[in-house]
Amino acid sequence: MNTFSRNSALITLTLLPCAAIANDGINTGDTAWMLTSIALVLFMTLPGLALFYGGLVRAKNVLSVLMQCFAITCIVSLMWVIGLYSLTFAPGGPFIGGLSKVFMAGITPESTSGTVPEVVFSMFQLTFAVITPALVVGGFAERMKFSAMLLFSVLWSIAVYAPVCHWVWAADGWLFTRGLIDFAGGTVVHITAGTAALVAAIVLRPRSGYGHTPMMPHNLTMTVTGAGMLWVGWFGFNGGSALAANGHAGMAIMVTHVSAAAGAISWSVMELVKYKKASVLGIVTGMVAGLGTITPAAGVVGPGGALLIGLIAGYVCFNATHILKRKLLIDDSLDVFPVHGVGGIIGTLMAGIFASGALGVFSGKGYAEGMNLTSQLGVQALGVVSVAAYTVVVTYVLLKLVQKLVGLRVNAEREYAGLDTSEHNERGYDLGTL
Amino acid sequence: MKMLIAIIKPFKLDAVREALADIGVQGMTVTEVRGFGRQKGHTELYRGAEYTVDLLPKIKLEVALAPDMVDRAVDAIAKSAKTGQIGDGKIFVYDLDQTVRIRTGESGVEAV
Repeated sequence: MNTFSRNSALITLTLLPCAAIANDGINTGDTAWMLTSIALVLFMTLPGLALFYGGLVRAKNVLSVLMQCFAITCIVSLMWVIGLYSLTFAPGGPFIGGLSKVFMAGITPESTSGTVPEVVFSMFQLTFAVITPALVVGGFAERMKFSAMLLFSVLWSIAVYAPVCHWVWAADGWLFTRGLIDFAGGTVVHITAGTAALVAAIVLRPRSGYGHTPMMPHNLTMTVTGAGMLWVGWFGFNGGSALAANGHAGMAIMVTHVSAAAGAISWSVMELVKYKKASVLGIVTGMVAGLGTITPAAGVVGPGGALLIGLIAGYVCFNATHILKRKLLIDDSLDVFPVHGVGGIIGTLMAGIFASGALGVFSGKGYAEGMNLTSQLGVQALGVVSVAAYTVVVTYVLLKLVQKLVGLRVNAEREYAGLDTSEHNERGYDLGTL
Repeated sequence: MKMLIAIIKPFKLDAVREALADIGVQGMTVTEVRGFGRQKGHTELYRGAEYTVDLLPKIKLEVALAPDMVDRAVDAIAKSAKTGQIGDGKIFVYDLDQTVRIRTGESGVEAV
């Protein structure tokens, strides 16, 4: 996104002399849409993702998950203003941004980023920085200490999110300059969150009783509610990543919608074939897989490509979930890796394919000058491998560090009692008692 | 006096209550319980994670009866709760030493 889309938006606007540009270069239409998108993407985390995850855990841990999403939102927001925005988007080197925008230095209401105020761009990006570590929560749910979770999320935002976001979306980032297509965060959000959750699940080891004690979702109604919010919020996530109120944003929303629906149908069909019954959890998980997978591609593919991307997302993520759970026996508790990680990986690769303008009804907007299918796929693969590898290594090191400092897991007794009472002195429900 | 305890399928509660009312049973206590007998549990699937639910929901009925009512009550429950499928439940009959109606102080068969 960013400069690429921003430039194309600017080019479009210069071709239209009547375009409503304020005299300081700020387009009020674009700004209005970005302000809306900020609200939509924050709504994805609070309460969307929190409810989606909250319903999937056992009743004794529901508050802990809501709390983790809420606390991450607060703490990463503060970090963003203090220094994360600067490390991510201030001019720096190919690997990390500079410190010139620490505490939003020099950013006034008049500062611009493309056709919108920079403060609007920064707030929009803040919501992405918030949801990414919140997604990781699913990997270590129901067993991690609150203190360890906070420390890990802080360190991870600095050491993983900020650099990767800079590589991919800052004008001087090394993957950006190589032409990686990642429209709204296939690598930046979904591959980082997915692989981090996988590493966390392995390092923390499975929940006590995993594999022989039933650990059913305690409230799928809550999960479906959250999933619906995620779907709607994703219009801001992907549509907002056009950084303009125009046809590119409209197309991003349409392909996002198509992929979500296709992913949901695809997952349900897999369940019908394999188990003879389509589940509610299945259809919403397929939807999330479709959304995560279209994310890197949303600005470059057409509706036909999105349909295929969604169908493939449901099929691949369904199988990935089964392999992780049944063959590898990894307790990635809320399936963050098989849905977001795998979705991000295949989505980033498919963006390189379906961006092509030569696929008939499945065509996208075409490659940037000097790129073709092979070279673009090469860059996409480089992006996937480098982001995944970097995330795995740094996440592992950070978890080991946190383990040394405060310990990662609650003890067995506290885990049995549930994190709500043992970590927060509260319970989510008080039903059935007089 | 006898205490009759029946474990039945939850969806049969209304039929059993009506059948008992028809033969003149005046009151009962109902509890939602879980348990297992010969009926196997069922499996639930969540994103490929398969869980066997061993303890199935049942209804426990407790009815205190005068001696002359016991056979008819057992018969009424056995007929009305029956589906012929495994898991229909069981009826237990105990001796009941004493009954007191708290409001009036009546005791024995009068209080049942």
